[in-house]
Amino acid sequence: MKLSVNGTEHEVDVEPDMPLLWVLRDELGITGPKFGCGIAQCGACTVHVDGLAVRSCQLAAVDVEGSDITTIEGLGTPDNLHVVQEVWIAHQVAQCGYCQSGQIMQAVSLLELNPEPTDDDIDAAMSGNLCRCGTYPRIRAAVKAAAAKLNGV
Amino acid sequence: MSKAGTIARRTFLLGSAAIAGGVAFGTYAAKRPIPNPLLDSLAEGEAAITPYVEINADGITLITPRADKGQGSYSVQAHLIAEELDIDPATATISPGIPGPAYYNGAALSEGVPFPSYDESWLAEGLRSFMAVPAKLLSVQITGGSSTVPDSYVRLRMAGAIARETLKQAAANRTGVSRSALSTEDGHVVLPDGERIAYTALAADAAKIDPIDDVTLRPSSAWKRLGQPNMPRVDMVAKCTGTETYGIDFKLPGMLYATVRANPGIAGTVERYDASTAKDMRGVHSIVPISHGIAVIADNTWRAFQAADAIDIDWGPSPYLANSPEIFETLEATVGNADAYDHRQRDEGDVEAALGASDVLEAAYKIPYLAHAPLEPMNAVVLVNETTVEIWTGTQIPLFIRDKAAEIAGVEKRSALVYVQPMGGSFGHRLELTHVEQAIEIAKTVMGTPVKMTWSREEDMSHDYPRPAAVAMGRGTVKAGQVDTFDLSVAQSSLMPDWFGRLAGMTIPGPDATITTGSWDQPFAIPNYRVTGYRAPAMVPVSSWRSVGASGNGFFHDSFLDELIHAAGADPLAERIRLCLHGTSRKVLEAVGQMSGWDGPSLGENRGRGVAFCMSFGVPCAIVTEVTHTEAGIKLDKVFVAADVGEVLDPTNLEAQLFGGAIWGLGHAMNCELTYDGQGPEQTNYHAYEGMRMYQTPQIEVKALSNGSKIKGVGEPGVPPSAPSLANAIFAATGKRIRELPLNKHIDFV
Repeated sequence: MKLSVNGTEHEVDVEPDMPLLWVLRDELGITGPKFGCGIAQCGACTVHVDGLAVRSCQLAAVDVEGSDITTIEGLGTPDNLHVVQEVWIAHQVAQCGYCQSGQIMQAVSLLELNPEPTDDDIDAAMSGNLCRCGTYPRIRAAVKAAAAKLNGV
Repeated sequence: MSKAGTIARRTFLLGSAAIAGGVAFGTYAAKRPIPNPLLDSLAEGEAAITPYVEINADGITLITPRADKGQGSYSVQAHLIAEELDIDPATATISPGIPGPAYYNGAALSEGVPFPSYDESWLAEGLRSFMAVPAKLLSVQITGGSSTVPDSYVRLRMAGAIARETLKQAAANRTGVSRSALSTEDGHVVLPDGERIAYTALAADAAKIDPIDDVTLRPSSAWKRLGQPNMPRVDMVAKCTGTETYGIDFKLPGMLYATVRANPGIAGTVERYDASTAKDMRGVHSIVPISHGIAVIADNTWRAFQAADAIDIDWGPSPYLANSPEIFETLEATVGNADAYDHRQRDEGDVEAALGASDVLEAAYKIPYLAHAPLEPMNAVVLVNETTVEIWTGTQIPLFIRDKAAEIAGVEKRSALVYVQPMGGSFGHRLELTHVEQAIEIAKTVMGTPVKMTWSREEDMSHDYPRPAAVAMGRGTVKAGQVDTFDLSVAQSSLMPDWFGRLAGMTIPGPDATITTGSWDQPFAIPNYRVTGYRAPAMVPVSSWRSVGASGNGFFHDSFLDELIHAAGADPLAERIRLCLHGTSRKVLEAVGQMSGWDGPSLGENRGRGVAFCMSFGVPCAIVTEVTHTEAGIKLDKVFVAADVGEVLDPTNLEAQLFGGAIWGLGHAMNCELTYDGQGPEQTNYHAYEGMRMYQTPQIEVKALSNGSKIKGVGEPGVPPSAPSLANAIFAATGKRIRELPLNKHIDFV
């Protein structure tokens, strides 16, 4: 089947029910999305499908054929950062960093749907993304800073 | 028993292990310099001036041997070297290096001496420095015990200074200008006329001269990056762009993918298995029995997972007691039982007489087993050849892995190479090596082909060696509005012999201080004060969990102290300050009082605050937690954390470690336990083991003090006082005293 990832078409030969996460990681070598739980409980595998944040460990490859898939690698690069990545770095959010690809993809999606989230909105949107290191205070601050920056405040 | 009289018996950790393992060196071996491992692999024109700095024409590599599990150790190690070397660490390559004896950890064991951290007497200090000797002899390259900063503080700055002066000498030889007339800046030696020579251009010359080692370290007032408020972590950009390569991301050409199903009763047997369906599934390369389980090798991790699920396996019974009700019955029968006595490192005043002469307050506490559950499941890439074994994995114990790999693969130790990878958390999980042993067994079946073995989350949680469950019994008295007697007995299985047995195949004789660490060593003066450890039999095999013994003892000790203070009718903060005998700790308590605007435990109707204190890893840490009792349950409003680390090297990261530690401690105290129903744990994924999520996270304020006389690490000390601060706050808000973790067994949280 054909998958469009970060603007590139890939031809992959996989079972229809192979989760997108494993197509990305083991077939295409795109390792920004992480394996944490396999049951959509941690959010480390979060990617965008047609602009919406989804858990790639629970999404069958066949269901995203023809969709635009974006991973953290397609969001921005060290030399060309997305605004949310800029504020994440400015706030020195990451500790082990393993959940942060998913946190950032979730935050970008939140801000696209809701450019001025309240504290409760942020908590509600981000609580599906587990961080075992406890970086939550800085994630909250970074999401607010990113909202301000995107809104030109 | 006098303090001096008990020392020999208590120097159990490496003192005993060294003898048990047949190692007996004189002081010569202990003082002899260890060969610089970088010298073995240098090409022409490369210089490795110390084991920590490697320079060639292309660039500078800083070796940061203490593992980074997320706590920022690579960054602080790189900054320590770079500060004296005069380079921007962002311009250097940061590498953990090839594990070797040069990178032994001299500080990991220094807190294992039988003196509380605040005791800086000659005897205590002498024994601490002695503990560095067996660590060096045993080549213990361990990351743990919040020891990276204390161990690296002088050593890595010296490495940077020696490299700098040697490069200056190379420039002096080349230019004829004396070394003292030269300066350094930003990776260059600067001549008096302003001409600059890059370090990389001096590498070949520097390699030919003896390192200049009569160097003087710069005072902290001269630091340019280290200790500055905007000091960025060296790994931050990679971690925010998905470009950090963790062990689980590592890939070799032609690599196969594997997973295992092992008996959830760890080290139990496989009675029978049927892989007839699995072996024909798409992508399956082979199905091989391994120790205590079955492995699937496939061409993709998911296909290996699917096939493993399709194997029908009958497990043998758990080889140890793994039934929660019986485990707690055993612990309760152990606490206070003279036959199970392990140690009593604190016994002041006359506890028995005081308890006999007054009304006694009694309280029983219990805490559950806890999984580490770092977000990156355990994994390892292994390549076995005829005479070599190579391993790419995230680990805190690379040399133990090297030795075990050599044994399993049947090769020489020097042909077993461990390449330490960045880690998606650990919290102590990566002080173990079961998953690596399995990966080597698997790779042996496909010699010459690399294999990546990945545990599913369920495999990870059911084969974690958890924090031990424990119980404690407090008995105490109060007199004239003050705490007068504090007697605490703690019972748990001993984790040190368990752990060392798995790593090195030897047991550690003597008492296990971790049973009472965090209780016996607190800086308080109570007229009658006693802490006793009782050793329960080995049950579920256990290991170190962020803050180790103090994770449970912090809860026991401070909860019971809070109960006594309330019984005395005293103010929780004022009485702790009055009882505190250590100036640095007292200032920490005062600081948390100021931060929180403390004026008593009540904050009005349905609101309350609790204070708690624990000194662990030499760091006094106090936490105030504020809660509201709402109709839906307890809501955590605000948390204040104060700690003293002696000197702050990395302020931005230090704050993160302290609030991260508090969130770790609070989340598990509220929500987490592992329970057992005959075999493995009943909780095997995050839906049943949530820790803390953002919606429960309070606002947190952190203050780092630096009144202490010695520099300390801060990866763990935020954990122990967090649970009791919350339990004490719930008591203040509701009048309900909860003596068992997790707290959600007794009260709801919003």
